[in-house]
Amino acid sequence: MKLALGPLLYYWPRQSVLDFYADLAEAPVDSVYLGETVCSRRHELRLDDWLEVSKVLADAGKEVVVSTQGLIESESDLKVLRRIVRQSVDGAPGFRVEANDMGAVRLLAEAGARDWIAGPTLNIFNPATLQLMIDAGATRWAVAPEMSGAALAEVRAVLAAPVETEVFAYGRLPLAHSARCFTARHFNLQKDTCEFRCLSIMDGITLRTREGEPFLTLNGVQTQSARVHTLLGDLPAVRQAAEVLRISPQGADTRRIVELFRAVLDGAQAPAAALAASRELMVEAPCNGFWHGRAGVEQYVAA
Amino acid sequence: MPNPIELVCPAGSLPALKTAVDHGADCVYLGFKDATNARNFTGLNFDPPQMREGVAYAHARGRKVLLALNTYPQTGNWPSWTQAIDRAAEFGIDALILADPGLMDYAARTHPQLRLHLSVQGSATSYEAINWYRERFGIQRAVLPRVLSMAQVGSVVANTPVEIEVFGFGGLCVMVEGRCALSAYATGESPNCNGACSPGKHVRWEDTPRGMETRLNGILIDRFADGERAGYPTLCKGRFEVNDETYYALEEPTSLNTLELLPELARIGIRAIKIEGRQRSPAYVAQVTKVWRAALDKLARGGAEAFSVLPAWMAELNKVSEGQSHTLGAYYRPWK
Repeated sequence: MKLALGPLLYYWPRQSVLDFYADLAEAPVDSVYLGETVCSRRHELRLDDWLEVSKVLADAGKEVVVSTQGLIESESDLKVLRRIVRQSVDGAPGFRVEANDMGAVRLLAEAGARDWIAGPTLNIFNPATLQLMIDAGATRWAVAPEMSGAALAEVRAVLAAPVETEVFAYGRLPLAHSARCFTARHFNLQKDTCEFRCLSIMDGITLRTREGEPFLTLNGVQTQSARVHTLLGDLPAVRQAAEVLRISPQGADTRRIVELFRAVLDGAQAPAAALAASRELMVEAPCNGFWHGRAGVEQYVAA
Repeated sequence: MPNPIELVCPAGSLPALKTAVDHGADCVYLGFKDATNARNFTGLNFDPPQMREGVAYAHARGRKVLLALNTYPQTGNWPSWTQAIDRAAEFGIDALILADPGLMDYAARTHPQLRLHLSVQGSATSYEAINWYRERFGIQRAVLPRVLSMAQVGSVVANTPVEIEVFGFGGLCVMVEGRCALSAYATGESPNCNGACSPGKHVRWEDTPRGMETRLNGILIDRFADGERAGYPTLCKGRFEVNDETYYALEEPTSLNTLELLPELARIGIRAIKIEGRQRSPAYVAQVTKVWRAALDKLARGGAEAFSVLPAWMAELNKVSEGQSHTLGAYYRPWK
């Protein structure tokens, strides 16, 4: 079972990002997803910087994936996308691409890429659509977080040939994408003149109900759950249904979270104990409802 | 003279369909009474006899009927969607509005004569994405998510042979359609898989000493003071606390209204305008269809230079808008 570090969804200062990946290069993860997937205005690291980071990680024996932006709006977004695809096919160092919209799928197919990852925003919910992606060159399926473990198993059961499957296993859930920046809105700014106010907000801004209950997280144009989705306690079932677990970077202690997952997978720690140990490392209460086919916000414990 | 813009109106019921046709819709769009479409609400949509009657009514008057099958089927319920496609072909539906690539593949192979439109739920916001669906499945039209500026929409139109349809009026999704799991997170039911956002069965209205409270699966979405109009708890349109400030953190209860952009939309080559609101009453459909028909006719007669929005049109549309207010949404850059 592989552990993957998902793309960094927040906007951290350049040095924090570099330090983060230097640290994680030493952590027991197998794959690392790099690149800006949330907002094209964020520029602490440009594509060339990400490629520099990728060398460090590759030297440490990690598989590097570059993720494409979830919402493509402009011609300049497409230029970045084309560069990523070209670099992945022709460039050195090489890397695989995670396609996060059908434009990326088209460009990868056109470039002859045959070893890419179908990202969680492609809305792959059934075997027919997954097979189309496999036929187009996808060799890993990153499942949409809202899909349940049972639904995922049904898809895999009827596939002509198995495909490596990756499940969102830890982190605040990326729930929605907008053209509007909710962080800028919070500061009464327009997106075009946002002053990059999301910079250094390491885990996003918590949105609460009027009863003070943490509900969502504002992360620029992305809306996340406030709760931290974690499958640490569900790993015995999860490992039957997937080959890769995605851990989403958080402001602090990501490496320790990775180590807890590794410890459970290696049989060195019991799932319940690891879940309990992770609680103090989490920015908010845990949830796992999506995996169990329930509301994502729920923390479900089988009777 | 470029092609006239088609007016595509919502039909949540047979009376709404007839109303739309009678008031000048070029096309109506509708869905079956199940999870195969993104407005899967109790009391809404068409059973097969109603659909046959609706198609006959529209076709007798030279109008088209589009069937929305724009949710994502899963392994176990896949046959419900393919059967819906087969029935659409049998009923003489003029085009299918689909989001799922697997279903498009099925439709293109099984019913190659059926015209395919890419649903807004397909989240295709660039010409590269749209052209992928064109190359793979021969789609002839794409409905754009409500996230692009006018210049970005123009760039899409200029770089694809696929006809482009945009939303002109109605309830506004603030998130990219097809990329929103907020309802799934709060209730377990999503637009993508269940055809429902903030579904009614999870809604509670409670009159409390603090005011009228609206909840979704127990989660407080908003609280209304005496005299405030308590709106439906669509979860992106509630008031929440962020850093101790209480406000509409994601979006106000408001409707999209692009009437004033009509000349510009025509100039860049938009092929169709969609009116949102299959969940709304025939009275809403009548009001909105009438105004947009008048506006499109005025544009066709006088051209873009002579076009102006009549104050009476805006007044009529504001009456049926969510929150009695409207926005240009992402077309207006400061909105973002």
